[in-house]
Amino acid sequence: MSASLTLVLLMAVMYGTGVYVMLERSLTRFLIGFVLVGNATNLLILLMSGPSGTAPLVTGTASDDRMVDPVPQVLMLTAIVINFGVTAFILALIYRTWWLAQLGDEGDTLSDEHEHDTEEATDAVFHQVDVDDEAIQRVLDESNEHSDDDQTTSRKGASE
Amino acid sequence: MATILLVFAVIAVVTPSLTRVLSTKIFYLIACIPAAAFVWTLFQTATVTTGGTVVETIEWIPQLSISLSFRMDTLAWLLSLVITGVGALVLVYCGRYFSATEPGLGRFAALLFAFAGTMFGLVTADDIIVMFMFWEITSVLSYLLIGHYTDRKESRGAALQALLVTTFGGLVMLVGVIMISVQAQSTSLASIVEQGLAGPATTVAILLILVGAISKSALVPFHFWLPAAMAAPTPVSAYLHAAAMVKAGIYLVARLAPGYADTPGWDAMLVGLGVLTMLVGAWRSLRQYDLKLILAYGTVSQLGFLVVISGYGTRDSALAAVALLLAHAIYKAALFLVVGIIDHRAGTRDWRHLSGVGRQAPVLAVIAAIAVASMAGIPPLFGFVAKEAVFTSLLEGALDGDVWGWVAIVGTALGSVLTVAYSARFLWGAFGNRRSAAPTELHAESGSILIAPGILAAATIVLGFVTAPIDTVLAPYADTVGEGHYHLALWHGLEPALGISAVVVLLGLLLFRWRLPVARLQDRLPPVIDSSKGYWASTQAVDRLSAKVTLFAQRGGLVQYLSTILVVFVLTLGTIALIGRAWPTEIRLWDYPAQVAIAFIMATAAIAAARAKQRMTAVLLVGVTGFGLVALFALHGAPDLALTQALVETITVVVFVLVLRRLPAKIAQRNQPIHRVRRIVIGTLTGLVMGLIGVIALGARQAESIATELPRLAVEEGHGKNIVNVMLVDIRAWDTMGEISVLVVVATGIASLLFVSQRGAAVPRLSGARRRRTPSFRSQVVADPHLADREMEAPRDAVGRHSWLIGGRAIAEANRSILLEVLVRLLFHPAIVVSIFLLFVGHNEPGGGFAGGLLAGLALVLRYLAGGRYELGEAVPIDAGKVLGVGLLLAVGTATASLFFGAEALSSAYFSFDVPILGHLSFGTSSIFDIGVYLVVVGLALDILRSLGAEVDRQQEEADIDEESTDEFSASEVDR
Repeated sequence: MSASLTLVLLMAVMYGTGVYVMLERSLTRFLIGFVLVGNATNLLILLMSGPSGTAPLVTGTASDDRMVDPVPQVLMLTAIVINFGVTAFILALIYRTWWLAQLGDEGDTLSDEHEHDTEEATDAVFHQVDVDDEAIQRVLDESNEHSDDDQTTSRKGASE
Repeated sequence: MATILLVFAVIAVVTPSLTRVLSTKIFYLIACIPAAAFVWTLFQTATVTTGGTVVETIEWIPQLSISLSFRMDTLAWLLSLVITGVGALVLVYCGRYFSATEPGLGRFAALLFAFAGTMFGLVTADDIIVMFMFWEITSVLSYLLIGHYTDRKESRGAALQALLVTTFGGLVMLVGVIMISVQAQSTSLASIVEQGLAGPATTVAILLILVGAISKSALVPFHFWLPAAMAAPTPVSAYLHAAAMVKAGIYLVARLAPGYADTPGWDAMLVGLGVLTMLVGAWRSLRQYDLKLILAYGTVSQLGFLVVISGYGTRDSALAAVALLLAHAIYKAALFLVVGIIDHRAGTRDWRHLSGVGRQAPVLAVIAAIAVASMAGIPPLFGFVAKEAVFTSLLEGALDGDVWGWVAIVGTALGSVLTVAYSARFLWGAFGNRRSAAPTELHAESGSILIAPGILAAATIVLGFVTAPIDTVLAPYADTVGEGHYHLALWHGLEPALGISAVVVLLGLLLFRWRLPVARLQDRLPPVIDSSKGYWASTQAVDRLSAKVTLFAQRGGLVQYLSTILVVFVLTLGTIALIGRAWPTEIRLWDYPAQVAIAFIMATAAIAAARAKQRMTAVLLVGVTGFGLVALFALHGAPDLALTQALVETITVVVFVLVLRRLPAKIAQRNQPIHRVRRIVIGTLTGLVMGLIGVIALGARQAESIATELPRLAVEEGHGKNIVNVMLVDIRAWDTMGEISVLVVVATGIASLLFVSQRGAAVPRLSGARRRRTPSFRSQVVADPHLADREMEAPRDAVGRHSWLIGGRAIAEANRSILLEVLVRLLFHPAIVVSIFLLFVGHNEPGGGFAGGLLAGLALVLRYLAGGRYELGEAVPIDAGKVLGVGLLLAVGTATASLFFGAEALSSAYFSFDVPILGHLSFGTSSIFDIGVYLVVVGLALDILRSLGAEVDRQQEEADIDEESTDEFSASEVDR
């Protein structure tokens, strides 16, 4: 069995444009891409049912032999409805984000959460560990005898 | 042995709460457990001396042949005695060392006690995996104990160093442990040692295990963590870092030596690093002011000594090794305890500030002198006996022509000279009289704190005189290594070893005599090996690297994460698709000519949507692709799909518009899209890979489609002619159940995003609407409760105008469309009837719960669009959550009801009858299930309208009101 080349091309175009739009920073664009990719995925499942034929309604006549595979249709039917639900959910998210972030006329474009993190800021997390390491190193170094120490202390002792 | 461990575990858990009651007396109580274990171990002496073993095995993970097996032979016996004996004494010592006000006392007691149990488990475990478990637990406990003073920086730093170094070694060791147990096909240590494997893989495994051993026993280059660990309370240093934990590495070397001392690299690693460690440790010990650090570096040195001798691999060296291990544990623990007492009483451990301590505390001085003498190898103490045995066995090896024997004997002799020197310096530093410092004032302390070090000092004397029985007991271990004739004894006659000992002591004392020139020399020489710098550099490099990676890989942006996922997708699936062999045998250009036209329109719309600048344009163009799908479905032979898709697409466009009306019209007004090329590349590649998959997937099918059986199943089992619907509500009902659950979750999610506080009170109703349904009130205009004050005048003008929708009167005059109201008035009820019709005929004709529910939802959309949120409230005067709940309940009820009739969940029962108009209906439980689906979809539509429609309206109106006074965002809304 093989798929209709027309539908394959259409699916590829819809995936391509969908992904292209999805990768933008605007949340609305993301959603538009999401819907495109969703439709493309439905097409992919449709492709899997092979060539077109008669509807999967049992009539008891000869036309039943040309019936298309109903399994992909079942998968798609629920996929369509869930797609709708998720689309609405993302819309609610977009609205809430826009509202809470007080984006106003800037629209719904969000920057990366850690965009302005610098290496120094990330490094700072380890600062306390370094301080602790230094502290124990200092304790160890202080216990090291030096040739002149002994005399200084004896001289100090003598002067007392 | 398992019982002892269980007791340890239980008591450790209850110790913190007991401490609250008993305060420092808890230590005496918990000291009883290791003491009891000590006594139990003593009772095993007879078995062990005759070469027997005590074995216990409890099944644990038979699939991996890992079991909780314990085995006590001579080596385990000796270490158990050291661990439980010293452990009990240290716990007793703690009872005096700590005051009742010590912070974290309960935790400390529990950890130290748990440590004793863990060490006992480590040395008795026969399963190498279980042994490794105990090994790692000791690392963690050591971390917690070193870090006991949580508020001190040096304490935290030292704890982390010890943990990182020992767990690094532990992880390396784990690889070796698994390799060796796979090669030996056994996890039993005894079996692994007995097999004495050889070969490159074994060499690698053993060397990896040795890395773990030398990191645990603080050998160069890992030695730096041990002096740092002296930040711990002194009892911890005495127990973990002198007697017990650091001996784990020695134990492992001694354990493996009988089978693997011939492994290539064994001698170089153990003898080489051991000698180096002995010299480096002793050299640095010589220049410490801090008494505890003298001992710490001394311990590093002695551990090197122990590794040399236990790794040397002859029968006599093995005997010497276990003797030295015992001697070291006793005198070093005693010395640490002594330092703890000095620290307590004098308030310092720096010998420059100590003077006349010996005169004031003579008993303490005597105890210390005995332990120090044992450490320096002065007869007749046990340390001397052990050292004699070491020198004899190493000399014998060297005279046999072994190069490593020469390295070992020369190295350890030199190391011993330094040992004598720092031993003398320790004693002089701690107890000597100094003109430079005023006599130290010692705090009074009860004599009972001397019990533990006293017993240890006595032991070191007594053991020196009972060498014969000790020799008998320890010999079985030595005999596993090889042939030999040496016996532990105080007096062997005028042997070479005695000569070496004498020279060592003499040179050591001379070195002590010339300590000032020595110190000057040390100061001038560069530090021998300072691997703590290496540790610093490497941990900091790892930290910085992780910071860089995090910065690069986790930007906290959807775009980057999506790109990563897609690139991985393209690379993996694209590669697999290309190298796969399943190319289709034929290519069909199209199913029917119209397909090309529809596809062209859809593709154009998709590309245009991607380029659109305005939100609404993009949404409508995406809608075109959706309606294109409707046509494709219809022509393909999928009427159910076409129907559902048409309804969904319509509602989707409406919902988009409902939300987007609030957002600015242009998509990116300020921020221009970035990374255009990158997005084009990723998008194109994804499209290509998906196309590739589309082409080859059908050709790759191997099994017969299940579709051939479905018509029969649908008619006979499901009593329906519409296969798609029968599958949804009967054959695949479980899937549908999951899917409607998702819808309920989504609906709830949307509602909670919009109604932050609560949804129940959100059904906007007109006051007294029920009464106003009567004709006499039809003509009156109902005031919008929200705008009551401001709009009171306008309604009066509108009096007399006929209203088609009850909520329509609540809408401002300018926003009303009488045409829409009339249409909705005429269409709503027929639409609901048709939706119910669809629901019921779905079993045989296109339709079903999803399509019916969507049509009803669309009818509600019309009511809302024409009459506003009050109209919606009047149309469905109940909470959407209730609709969803009833729907889900019906579906779940159908699923479970069949259970009560003894059938499986979701099996259907049917009864059929003829109904006018609808035709022959076969009504089954699956129809009730479909009603549940219908209600869930209606509930979803209702929730979306309430939230994204009505609530957004309300918020906008509020914002518009506030706009006059403040800015667009009402503070109250944002705060909520």
